[in-house]
Amino acid sequence: MTLSLRGECLDLWRGEHHVLAGLDLAVDAGELLLVTGANGSGKTTLLRALCGLLHLEEGQVLWQGRNVREDLPAYHAQLVYLGHAPPLKGDLTAHENLRFWVGIRRDVRREEISAALERVGATGWSERPVRTLSAGQKRRVALAGVSLCDASLWLLDEPTTNLDGDGQRLVGSLVDERLSSGGIVIAAVHQDLPVSRARSRRLELTCR
Amino acid sequence: MQVSTPAHRAAWLVLARDLRLALRKPSQCVQPLAFFAIVTTLFPLAISPELSRLREIASGVLWVAALLASLLALEFLFRDDAHDGTLEQYAISGQSLTWLVFAKTAAHWTLTGVPLALMAPLAGAALGVPYEAMPWLIAPIALGTLALSLIGSIGAALTLGVKRGGVLLTLLTLPLAVPVLIFGAQATDLAIRGASFVAPLYLLGAMAVLAVTLAPLAAAAAVRMSLE
Repeated sequence: MTLSLRGECLDLWRGEHHVLAGLDLAVDAGELLLVTGANGSGKTTLLRALCGLLHLEEGQVLWQGRNVREDLPAYHAQLVYLGHAPPLKGDLTAHENLRFWVGIRRDVRREEISAALERVGATGWSERPVRTLSAGQKRRVALAGVSLCDASLWLLDEPTTNLDGDGQRLVGSLVDERLSSGGIVIAAVHQDLPVSRARSRRLELTCR
Repeated sequence: MQVSTPAHRAAWLVLARDLRLALRKPSQCVQPLAFFAIVTTLFPLAISPELSRLREIASGVLWVAALLASLLALEFLFRDDAHDGTLEQYAISGQSLTWLVFAKTAAHWTLTGVPLALMAPLAGAALGVPYEAMPWLIAPIALGTLALSLIGSIGAALTLGVKRGGVLLTLLTLPLAVPVLIFGAQATDLAIRGASFVAPLYLLGAMAVLAVTLAPLAAAAAVRMSLE
């Protein structure tokens, strides 16, 4: 079954700000949607609304043609969201963090975690407490977590923050792989992701 | 399609993670225990060293100290996880948030309630509790703190979005904690006198069961609200 995510007339207020006003979007399997816009234009709000973390005032999010509110757990089982801050515990090692984070979603073997960590370049520091790592290293660990979650819909909030050139290419290749296996990726970004252009589209949000 | 990890396994992982974190950073769990030890040992100094007088107030002192110590610890229940986005991940993990919140509360009780209950006989020694009554101090406090942790989890979840919500949390939780305090103190008092304390203990048990069944549902709903 091919995947599709639709947003219809998304309408959302945050306090005094009318952040999303009747926004429509459509993404299909194998497509990357880049959400761009100035700071404060509502990129994070849109991603959180698509996750079902924020309640929409009006409109609906459709996954496979069905309103996601009808069965949130089933929808959540297929998505992974990575926010500004990597959801990692400073006192646990990268390995432990991923075991707990991914483990509550699916059974994950030690070797799988090691392989994913190796893929993101975490060689030599995967057994150190995360609080001793740099911001870029934490981001890499979080990306390893995202790729381990085995979700078909990725919602990434500025995935390349704190990453060096090599790290940005890594994000590009992870996203590319997800797309070519028929997944959907929505990323809030300030600069382009290094992925093959043909499949990517843009959604520009404006400040209100 | 649902997530492949069963709910109890996910809950177990959350519990294991919280216990491991507590081992790595013990200072946060030691604080309420130190508070309990200090309060209970200050009473004999402040009132009188006469054991018969202390015995009269022993159950009250133990319970008020245990109640305040467990309230003190509640503030930390969800705060770190809310701060680093872990709570958000729990909410969109596809798992039942109720189970995960229950696991977090269970970990919290294991780290505060259980040590408090185990410390109670020692604290009781300073308050003139007779030697043969000491083992009977453990059960009421263990059951009572279980109910308190669960009731408090609702307040902790509701006050997540509030800056310095400690006072609000106490105000919200205290009225609900009073029945636990009343029956708990009565059970302990009867135990100290060497009388049968099963009746108030059953009531404490009933309150704990009620809290186990209802509180995680309410706390999970409150967590979802505070993530908005």
